[in-house]
Amino acid sequence: MSQVIQIFMSGLAEGCIYALVALGFVLIYKATEMVNFAQGDLMMLGAFVGYFLIVGLGANYWIALVGAVVIMAVFSYALDVFVLRRVIGQPQFAVVMLTIGLGFVFRAAASMIWGANPLAFVTPFTDGTTSIGGAPIPDVSLSIVAGTAVLCGLLFALFQYTPVGVAMQAASQNQLAAYYMGIPVKRIFALIWAISGGVAAVAGILLAPLTLIDTSIGFLGLKAFAAAVLGGFGSIPGALAGGIAIGLIEQFSGVYLMDGFKDIAAYVVLLLVLFVRPQGLFGAAARKRV
Amino acid sequence: MIALEARELALHFGGIKAVDGISFQVPERSVFTLIGPNGAGKTTVFNLISRIYEPTAGRLIFEGRDITTVPPHDIARRGIARTFQNIELFENATVLQNLLLGRHAHAAGNVVAELMFLPGVRRREIAHREAVERVIDFLNLEPHRDTLISGLSYGVRKIVELGRALCTEPRLLLLDEPSSGLNPEETDDLVFWIQDIRDILGITVLMVEHDMGLVSKVSDHVLALNHGQVIASGTPGAVKSDPQVVKAYLGG
Amino acid sequence: MRYQFKTSYDRDIDLFGDAAQRNWYLALLAVLCAAPLVLEQFWLGELSYVFILSIAAVGLMLLTGYTGQVSLCHGAFLGIGAYAYAVLLQRGVPFFVAAPLASLITAGVGAAIGFPALRLVGIYLAMATLAFNFIVEYVFVHWDSVTGGFSGFAVPQPTVFGYSIVDYPLFYYLTLAALLFALFVANNIMRAPTGRALIALRDSEVAAQSMGVKLTRYKTISFALSAGLTGFAGAFFAHKIGYLAPDAFGILLSIQLLLMVVVGGLGSFRGAIFGALFVGALPSVIALLRDFLPQSVARQPGLEPGLFGLILIGFILFEPHGIEGRWRKLRLFFSQFPMYRVATFKKQKSFTKSERFR
Repeated sequence: MSQVIQIFMSGLAEGCIYALVALGFVLIYKATEMVNFAQGDLMMLGAFVGYFLIVGLGANYWIALVGAVVIMAVFSYALDVFVLRRVIGQPQFAVVMLTIGLGFVFRAAASMIWGANPLAFVTPFTDGTTSIGGAPIPDVSLSIVAGTAVLCGLLFALFQYTPVGVAMQAASQNQLAAYYMGIPVKRIFALIWAISGGVAAVAGILLAPLTLIDTSIGFLGLKAFAAAVLGGFGSIPGALAGGIAIGLIEQFSGVYLMDGFKDIAAYVVLLLVLFVRPQGLFGAAARKRV
Repeated sequence: MIALEARELALHFGGIKAVDGISFQVPERSVFTLIGPNGAGKTTVFNLISRIYEPTAGRLIFEGRDITTVPPHDIARRGIARTFQNIELFENATVLQNLLLGRHAHAAGNVVAELMFLPGVRRREIAHREAVERVIDFLNLEPHRDTLISGLSYGVRKIVELGRALCTEPRLLLLDEPSSGLNPEETDDLVFWIQDIRDILGITVLMVEHDMGLVSKVSDHVLALNHGQVIASGTPGAVKSDPQVVKAYLGG
Repeated sequence: MRYQFKTSYDRDIDLFGDAAQRNWYLALLAVLCAAPLVLEQFWLGELSYVFILSIAAVGLMLLTGYTGQVSLCHGAFLGIGAYAYAVLLQRGVPFFVAAPLASLITAGVGAAIGFPALRLVGIYLAMATLAFNFIVEYVFVHWDSVTGGFSGFAVPQPTVFGYSIVDYPLFYYLTLAALLFALFVANNIMRAPTGRALIALRDSEVAAQSMGVKLTRYKTISFALSAGLTGFAGAFFAHKIGYLAPDAFGILLSIQLLLMVVVGGLGSFRGAIFGALFVGALPSVIALLRDFLPQSVARQPGLEPGLFGLILIGFILFEPHGIEGRWRKLRLFFSQFPMYRVATFKKQKSFTKSERFR
C-alpha cells in the first residue's frame, strides 16, 4: 500500500510538471492559435535563470522564484513582439516550424552560457520528506503539487475576474471582433506569451530539485505536448488532466510493466485515445460550416 | 419525371430543428429554387442532399433510388454536383486543375499505372481534358485557364466553382447562392447560364438564392422555407406574394 | 520574357513545360553523371547523401506539401526501410529485390499508420505521428532477435554489377538513379487523377468529398506512397551509415526531414531537393566555418543546432515559401529584368485565419 502511495505521489508530481508545461501550450494556443513547440525549452531557460539567481547571485529561493518568473515573462513578451508577431496570419504549420527553430536556438544559447554539464541548486524542499498514509513522500513532490494548485488558482482568478483576463478570453474567441471592440489584441497576445513564460519558469524551478538541470530537460516538453493533445488541445482542464494522467501512467508502467516501456507508455496511451476520440478527451469536435 | 424527392426530411441539432420534416419534388429539367430568410434551413437541405449531414428522419430519393445512406463521396458519381455558399475551391491549384478535379468521379484510376504514367493514363487524361475544355468554352473561362485560384476575383471564382460542378457531368446541380457577391452584369450572365444549363445541357437545377430578380427570371418552381418548415410553394409570382412569405421576410 | 506556346493537350501533361526547360535539366544530369571524373570520393559521398535525403524529402513532400498532412514520423519510416532492407540482405536476398521490397514493406506500414490517423487533423496528427516515431524506436531497441537491439548490426554489403555496393562511383550512380526514379514516380502521380485528389483534399476536404474523392482512400494512398518513397531512401541510407542502430532514426531525424520540406518550399518537389541539399550540406559548411571562427566560438557544442535553428527562423520570417520561392523570384527578376517590381510578391497584412475547423 505504501508503495502504491509513493508511486502515486511521484507520478502526480511528475504529472504536475507536464501539466504546467501543457498549460503554457494551451494558453498560447487558445489565445493566438499558435502552437508553441518551444514551451519545454522556455521551461529549461526558466530553470537556468533560477540557477543563475540562486547559485550565481546567492538569492533567496523565493525571491529567485519570483525573479525568474518576471525575467521569463519579460523575455516571452519580447519574443512575441520581435519574432512571433511577424507570423500572424501564416499557417499554423509555419508557426510550429518557427518554434522548433526557436527551441534549437534556446538550447544552443543555454549550452553556450551555462555549459553542457548538468547543474543543481538547493531548495527549501530538497531532501525533506513528509509521511502520508505511512509512506514517506519527498517534500519536493509535495512542493510541485502545491505549486501547481496555487498557480492554477491564480490563473483562474485572472481570467475570470480581471478586465485583462476577460479581454484575453474575448481575443481568443474572435480576434477580429475583439480588435473592433477596442481590445489591443497585439498587446493581449504578448501578455499571454508573458504569462506562458512565467508558468514555464515556475515549472522549471519546481522541476529542478527532481532532476538535474541541463539543456535536454526541454525535451520533457514533448511529453507535455502529448498531455495537452490527450486532454484536447485548447482545453485548460484537459491540459491539467492530461498532464497528471501521463505522469501517473508513466510511473505505474515503470514499476509494473516491462523494462523500458515507461518511456513510451505516454505515447501508446495517446495513440489509443486519439484513435477513439480524434479531438482528445476534453476537446470539442468542430467542423467547418459550408 | 421527378429528379429529386425529399420525404419528411428532418435534421435536429439537439433541440434545434434546423430542418423540420419538409417534403418536396424537383421535376426533371426544371429550375427549382429554395428561398427563405437567413437560418431558414436552406443550406442545411443542400448539406443533407450532398450527405455532409446525416438526416434525423426522412428519405431522399434521386431518380427513383434512395440516396439517404449513400456515402458523401458517392454522390457525385450518382449524378449530383454542388457549389458552396462561401466558395470551396482548391486555392493553391490552377483553374484547370480545379476543373479537372471535377472529372474525378469519372477518373477511376489505378495507382500503379499512374505511378508509371502508362499510355492508358495519358489517353484518359486527354479525354478528361477535352471534357473540361467544353466547360471552359461554355463559361468563357479561357483567359483564366492557368491562373491560381488565389489570384482570381470573387466573381470569377464563383464561375469556376460552377464550372467544376459542371465537369462532373451531373444530372442534378445544386447551386448555393450563385449570385452572392456578383456584380449586376455577372448576375445577368448567370441568368443565361442557368437557362442554358437547363435547356441545352438538360440538367436539373436546385438552387438557394436571395436575389428575387434572378429567382423570378429563371425559376420554374419556388419553395419558401422558414424555421425549417415549408411555408409556401408554387410559381415565383405566387410565392412572392404569399402573405406567409412576406411576413417571414419582414419579421413578425 | 519567355512564353510557352502550347499546341496540344500533351504539352500540358508532359513532364517538362517546354524544350528549353527539358534541355536545362538534361544538362544538369550530364554534369552530375560526369562528376565522378573530377570530384574526390569524399564529395561523391556527400552528393550521394544529398540524393538519399532528397528521395526521403520527396516522399515527405508528397504527404506534407501536396496532401497537407503533417508527419513527424518520417525518420521512423526511413528507419523501417533501412532495417527491412538490411535484414533482407542478411537473409540473402539480392539488392535489386531487397530495395523495392523494403520500400513496399514501409509503404505497408505507412498505410497501416495512415489508416487510423485519417480522422486526425493538424496538431493532433503531428502528435500522433510523433508518438508513432517513439514507438518505432522502442521496437528497434527491443526486437532484439531481428534488429540487434541497442547495439544494432552492420549492414551487409552485397555485390552489384561485379562491384561491392559501397564502392564509388557505383554507389553514387545508384543513388542518382534512385533519385531520378523517385522523381519520375512522384511527378507522375501528381499529374494523374490521384495527385489532383491529394491537392484537393489539402485545400478543401468538403469540396473534394462532394466531387467524389473518397477521403479515407486518398489519405491512405498518400501515406503509403510517402512512406514507400522514404523507405526506398532508407535502403540507401543503410549503406550510407553502414551500421544500423536505433538512435539514428529518432525524432530529430524526423524534424530534420520536415525542415527540408519547409526550408525547400512546400508544394514543390524541386523545393524538396533544395531543402535536402541545404540540410545535407549544412554540417559540412559549418565544419568548414569552424576553421575560421575564434576558438572560443568554434568549440561550442551548441553551434551547429543553434545555427540550424537561426536559419530555420530566418526562412519562416523572411522567406515563407522557402528556397523554391526565392528561386522563382530570382527567375522572374531576370526574365523581366528592368520591369521587375518588388511588390509582385508583397504579402498582405492579415489576421489569423482560424484553422480550428477543417
